[in-house]
Amino acid sequence: MRELMLGNKALARGLYEAGCSVISSYPGTPSTEVTEEAAKYDEIYCEWAPNEKVAMEAAFGASLAGKRSFCGMKHVGLNVAADPLFTCSYTGVNGGLVICVADDPAMHSSQNEQDSRHYAIAAKVPMLEPADSAEALSFTKAAFEISEQFDTPVIIRMCTRIAHSQSIVETSERVCPPSRPYEKNIAKYVMMPGNAIRRHPFVEARTAKLREFAETSGLNRVEMGDTKLGIITSSTSYQYAKEVFGEKASILKLGMIHPLPETLILDFAAKVEKLVIVEELDPIIENHCRKLGLAVEGKDLLPMEGEFSQNLLAEKLGLEAPAARKLDETIPVRPPVMCAGCPHRGLFYTLAKNKCTVLGDIGCYTLGAVAPLSSMDMTLCMGASISAVHGFNKAAGPDSEKKTVAVIGDSTFMHSGMTGLANIAYNQSNSTVIILDNSITGMTGHQQNPTTGYNIKGDPAGKIDLESLCRAMGINRVTVVDPYDLAACDRVLKEELAAEEPSVIISRRPCALLKYVKHNPPLVVEAEKCIGCRSCMRLGCPAISMKDKKAVIDATQCVGCGVCAQLCRLDALKEVAR
Amino acid sequence: MTKNIMIVGVGGQGSLLASKLLGHLLLTEGYDVKVSEVHGMSQRGGSVVTYVRFGEKVYSPIIDKGEADLIVSFEKLEAARYVEYLKEDGTIVVNTQEIDPMPVITGAAQYPQDLVEKMRALGVKVDAMDCLSLAAEAGSAKAVNIVLMGRLSKYFDIPVEKWQQAIEECVPKKFVEMNQKAFLLGRGA
Repeated sequence: MRELMLGNKALARGLYEAGCSVISSYPGTPSTEVTEEAAKYDEIYCEWAPNEKVAMEAAFGASLAGKRSFCGMKHVGLNVAADPLFTCSYTGVNGGLVICVADDPAMHSSQNEQDSRHYAIAAKVPMLEPADSAEALSFTKAAFEISEQFDTPVIIRMCTRIAHSQSIVETSERVCPPSRPYEKNIAKYVMMPGNAIRRHPFVEARTAKLREFAETSGLNRVEMGDTKLGIITSSTSYQYAKEVFGEKASILKLGMIHPLPETLILDFAAKVEKLVIVEELDPIIENHCRKLGLAVEGKDLLPMEGEFSQNLLAEKLGLEAPAARKLDETIPVRPPVMCAGCPHRGLFYTLAKNKCTVLGDIGCYTLGAVAPLSSMDMTLCMGASISAVHGFNKAAGPDSEKKTVAVIGDSTFMHSGMTGLANIAYNQSNSTVIILDNSITGMTGHQQNPTTGYNIKGDPAGKIDLESLCRAMGINRVTVVDPYDLAACDRVLKEELAAEEPSVIISRRPCALLKYVKHNPPLVVEAEKCIGCRSCMRLGCPAISMKDKKAVIDATQCVGCGVCAQLCRLDALKEVAR
Repeated sequence: MTKNIMIVGVGGQGSLLASKLLGHLLLTEGYDVKVSEVHGMSQRGGSVVTYVRFGEKVYSPIIDKGEADLIVSFEKLEAARYVEYLKEDGTIVVNTQEIDPMPVITGAAQYPQDLVEKMRALGVKVDAMDCLSLAAEAGSAKAVNIVLMGRLSKYFDIPVEKWQQAIEECVPKKFVEMNQKAFLLGRGA
């Protein structure tokens, strides 16, 4: 059937058609929809794991048991899962094991712009790179074949523009390969030094075989056009190159990005007058070509950072981009903000009011750094808030402990916050950790996690109780507070900062965007009472603005949380009974 | 020849349904189609943009400056932000609704005045209308997206029945009637 399909959904369709039967992933933009879409197929066991390392190990276990398995994550997730990746390269697989990593050039929704292709090279595993939805589907099926044929995990590298673009695919039926029985094989699967040392030569030999495969595989293809210019490219860069040059250049499109072919590249280079490498982020194809002794242009023309586009390619490669008209006007930026009624807002307001140093984490609440709340001092990676507040307090001493906090979401706490808390409990800093429990993984679009009590399909599942968990880890002071209650937030924060021992505050209220959350009617402003003091504006709520020196509430956005009313000394903001 | 349509607005305004509808319709018309959007951080009330490209063969998933045949803007400031993506003879369809971005809310910036007039002064073809009122007339303020699709439909050689059929196929059943009304209000306005 011919369908318009999101790249991530097409990859999920490829998993289905390839007979994949176990999937374990952790959500992360732009990878999340792969696993969400796969979960819609009843034939596949699908789960959200607490983090990417656990997910990859679960998928590896399923492969060991003989089934085709999969694990998906965003680029920074692969940092977390790097440990199992590097060693399952040595063990190889039983059932096919495919890993998807989605890079985010231009950082639409990420904290860095790392190029995951380095992982394929470093871990010595093959990597495929689709350039549209049809390839996302077909490459996924090819990846399982390669995995089983060469006894290796295979990585599929997506990027935002492939993952989140819809293009046309042809679907077909699911075909399950025969199950491979599990056979005990200590030399292959127990990676202690004596065994691993024998597996490493296997890995090197496998790479050589894969390189041979890359020379003739249909994953790489040559499209000859004008031979004055030759372009070697892959992924979305291929699309931009075709858009700009069409038949006016010859193109070697690489679908397999590691290991890279040698003869194929040398033969292509011999047919063209000038060779340009078009690749986003790092010069990986370019460096390979230089090693082969080819004179190429690449990063001397094109940027190392950000996304490419057709105009960028045209300009950098000496063609004209279309004319554009721009308004001579300062257009205010429109950054993302916490939603109206976001439960994080009350807590961040309290932190700002108490002038706290706030070591933050990854999630919607990173938006606590945005003006006017501006109450975040650091965001690094998943879980870093808790580990760093401990180190910060150990270095800065008791005065710091009285005003410094870590803030972390429920899902991020499960992902990698627990180990940081273990360090606080063990090495005893008087640190205050605030878990912003909105009962969902918010930023990636509402995925369940181990604290919510539901699984990926929305069915009841195991539920980890945060209070019991923190107490069991040795934290005696665990308090739950409602972030819509500003007075309670202020009181609890002051108490816990003053305490002479580690403490955890759980700021608990479900995300206002969750379907089951009932909203109150929008607040109304009694204009005669409002003196335009802007107290309510300090919350940075997108539903409140000032018009003619009076507060105005946007009834289409306001969910009636009532937090702003608590700040109005003149009682001008009125809640309306439901 | 590839045609380029951009849908721009504020995260949460419903541009996803608009691009779904358009993509679905163009696919059934037999075109090669690419629809590209960004999920995640930008959806939290930020500026959002969706690219819809169709033709015999579409390569790039995105639309660049000076390339859009049509821009559909859910909000006035966003129209002004993306007007430079318009082709020389392109048209921008604008919902005149104003949504203050955070720098305006905090007082760090002003919402610019007379944006429609200023765009026209650039020589841009601006088709401006109050979609929020029309959506409310159809039965829901949330139908702004379909009102805009109604307006957009006037710029296509596709029979109105095909658009109505696409709405039928893309919208949850209980909202179909309201959205059909919104579509015709937008088309007729």
